[in-house]
Amino acid sequence: MKHIKLILTFVLTIAIFYGLNTKLGSVPPIGEFLDPVGGIWQNEKDEIIDGNINIQGLSAPVTIHYDTELIPHIFAQNDLDLYKAQGYITAKHRLWQMEFQTHAAAGRISEIVGQSGINYDRTTRRRGMGFGAERALEKVQENPEVLKFLEAYRDGVNSYIISLNTKTLPVEYKLLDYKPEAWTTKKTALLLMHLTKMLAGGDDDLEYTNMIRKLGKNRFDLLFPDFFDVNDPVIPKETDWSFIDIEMTKMPQSELPLDTISQTIEKPNPDNGSNNWAVSGAKSTTGNPILANDPHLGLNLPSIWFVMQLSTPEYNTMGATLPGALGIISGFNNHISWGETNATRDVLDWYKIEFKDDTRTQYRYDNDWKSTTVRIEEIKVKDASTVVDSVIYTHHGPVTYDHNFMGDNEKSGYAMKWVGHIGGNNQSTFLALNKAKNYEDYVNALKTYTAPAQNFVFASTEGDIALWIQGLLPNKWNGQGKFLLDGSNPEHDWQSFIPQAFNAHTKNPERGFVSSANQHPVNENYPFYIFNDGYETYRNRVINDFFRSKDKFSIDDFKALHNNNYNLKAAELVPYMLEKMDVSSLNSEEKEVYNQIKSWDFNNDIDKLGPSIWSKWHTKLYNLTWDEFKSEEEALLSPYAYQTIYIMKNNPENEFMDILKTPKKETAHDLFLLSFKETVKELMEWKAKNGDYNWQAFKGTRVNHLLQGLPAFSRFNLPIGGDRNIVNATSATHGPSWRMIVEMSSPPKAFGIYPGGQSGNPGSTYYDNFIDDWAIGKYHELNFMQNATTTDQILGTQTLTPVN
Amino acid sequence: MKTNILNFVITLIIALLLSLYLPWWSIMVAGFVSALFFSLKKAAVFFVPFLAVFLFFVIYAYMLSSVNNFILAKKIAILLPLGGDPFVLILVTGLIGGLATGVAAMFGKQLSNLVKK
Repeated sequence: MKHIKLILTFVLTIAIFYGLNTKLGSVPPIGEFLDPVGGIWQNEKDEIIDGNINIQGLSAPVTIHYDTELIPHIFAQNDLDLYKAQGYITAKHRLWQMEFQTHAAAGRISEIVGQSGINYDRTTRRRGMGFGAERALEKVQENPEVLKFLEAYRDGVNSYIISLNTKTLPVEYKLLDYKPEAWTTKKTALLLMHLTKMLAGGDDDLEYTNMIRKLGKNRFDLLFPDFFDVNDPVIPKETDWSFIDIEMTKMPQSELPLDTISQTIEKPNPDNGSNNWAVSGAKSTTGNPILANDPHLGLNLPSIWFVMQLSTPEYNTMGATLPGALGIISGFNNHISWGETNATRDVLDWYKIEFKDDTRTQYRYDNDWKSTTVRIEEIKVKDASTVVDSVIYTHHGPVTYDHNFMGDNEKSGYAMKWVGHIGGNNQSTFLALNKAKNYEDYVNALKTYTAPAQNFVFASTEGDIALWIQGLLPNKWNGQGKFLLDGSNPEHDWQSFIPQAFNAHTKNPERGFVSSANQHPVNENYPFYIFNDGYETYRNRVINDFFRSKDKFSIDDFKALHNNNYNLKAAELVPYMLEKMDVSSLNSEEKEVYNQIKSWDFNNDIDKLGPSIWSKWHTKLYNLTWDEFKSEEEALLSPYAYQTIYIMKNNPENEFMDILKTPKKETAHDLFLLSFKETVKELMEWKAKNGDYNWQAFKGTRVNHLLQGLPAFSRFNLPIGGDRNIVNATSATHGPSWRMIVEMSSPPKAFGIYPGGQSGNPGSTYYDNFIDDWAIGKYHELNFMQNATTTDQILGTQTLTPVN
Repeated sequence: MKTNILNFVITLIIALLLSLYLPWWSIMVAGFVSALFFSLKKAAVFFVPFLAVFLFFVIYAYMLSSVNNFILAKKIAILLPLGGDPFVLILVTGLIGGLATGVAAMFGKQLSNLVKK
């Protein structure tokens, strides 16, 4: 009996130990997790931001003042110490995010989340993300100084990682039951690749190929013109391009492969974009140029941005940093300010590859056979066996699609040619901008920048404003890369790049302002080939009209423009729809909604009903219009909203307006009514379930935690208006991820805010404390400290002390 | 009764001391060791060490969380899910600590029985 009891209690003890010490499904090892001594209760606090910390390898002490927003102001004696401190401090607040994002960039998410990450990881590796990061690092080796900075940052991050113990590990590690690995310079390269993928990793070449084969050239060109009928480009139309004196690439006499492609890899969010603008001193109420930037990205916690001031005796700069990368990315110093928007150029093309045989060791090129190489991708998976994927590489790039991945032919595939694979020392551009004193320094800083191509806006205390569209951009023949290319034809290769000096730019234009909002970079007069590959057509016109509307602008005008909710798209279509729609068949409920949208002023404000009706109506109408392009068998693409509306208004009886599955031949005007009735039906259903469909409730803007949007760590139903294609580009999960306004006084006066908080710890008050002010359009003045002896408005001061 | 109090105090002291050096399961060691030396009877075998660590966990978790306005506890109580109530999370924390300790103590008691005879 005794023995039985002994054995029973022993087994029970082991079972309890095992049960509480093991991650079971999504439940963390609960004994360890809830242990107040080492578990999550230890994360229930703000970070310690005073005292001394010993850091190996520093040359002199580094002072860090934290202001009341938990923004660190780093004062170091030299660059190496500065970047080491930046690495340490960033990791201190954002380590989990830094590692998670770079794991994602490397296709290593399965190591953290298990089998659900395998598809993402395979796609990431087939894009050649790791390959591109390695190429970038090779380029960095050519610049020993920047390499040293990357290593200093790495060492700083690792000093923090080494200081962690089971108590101080960030919550997410405890939740997912793993530990951080050492930071490397490759991780910084991966983070920059991640940005390149997000901002320059999109294309529709394969969809366009399917479309042109189906439709023929004429109908295709109607749906996907290279230029729309309206164009208010980034670089003013009146710009003189006569200084461009090189020959354009000649279009070869050859056929494009017209394959049928069934499936394509996931594309970056088409809403990834931004606004930036600057007015000259003459156009500013104070006489100082003013500059603004707001990058539109996925709204996530912890935020993609981390605000910092970085200072050495030589320079002093402040603004938004990217955790994992060095320096300030969008910010200012005592002399200049700068910011970026995405330049959206076609820098990703596909080549059809024909292998000699199914060993795939050679492929046809220039009437000969050329050898392939293989990159073995080992995807480690949490709690499951490793997945191995072999990716074939050609001189174009990785053969992303083959019979192992979204294809079925053993002897052919599609290879990706991408600027992201060429490698570049893009980190150094930002470090040079941080130190730049004038227009010349800014231009020099940009020269080596390759990807993702950006519209770099600029303003200086000297009074200059400028905007350069900078990136490594292929000099294409007319039509090159809009469709699938022939990988065996050398004439289909990228022949050269646009010489850097010929990249489109403008300095102190006569109109007194520069701006960009992801629209067409130029008009037809620019001699190099550019086509509309998803350019924005609305925000730019609202912004430029605003700056044409009066003579002088103030910081308050800039704030108002950031928060401008005017829905130009709706304003261009709704009155037409209301006029042309046959209303005789509307029932009383439909009449009521009709009157609601009729009285709308086209502002997407939170308390209005109009934006909700429009949002649903437009989506329904768009899907009904392009019903012919819904296909399971092939990857197709519907035209952009602008061109859709253009056709509806100018050619309402166009064949595409017909709904295929009905015997009747519909016109655009019929579609307005059909989609309106559907809209009302669904709005009423929504109302019955959720109450009043005002725009705030209907849109439901939220900021999601990076880890699959864990509701516990996310924020919901924020009181912010706007939407995609509106200057305040806040949709449900996407929007202005950093709003900055800088007036170039001496010293500059700057405002900034982002939908998050400085701390990455969900247990900190600083985790999400900016969100409420961000949502209502408030700004925080940035405390740009002029020296390390400041004591005003300081929450705490920490000193990093050298040890050996 | 005296042994009960003694066991309670010793379990608590061992748990506190070991927690400085060992992971969360140090509480199981505490329950096990004190049961070896301060043998209790019937239900007390489980409940006395249970109570010791239950109180330790509940009080410590409360102290850590209350000074921070329960910011994280509220979120973890959504995550697990416990209705977003930080006090339920504190209670669960105590119950888990107590359970692990009590079970380990039952095993210690059986082992001490075997050694004694």
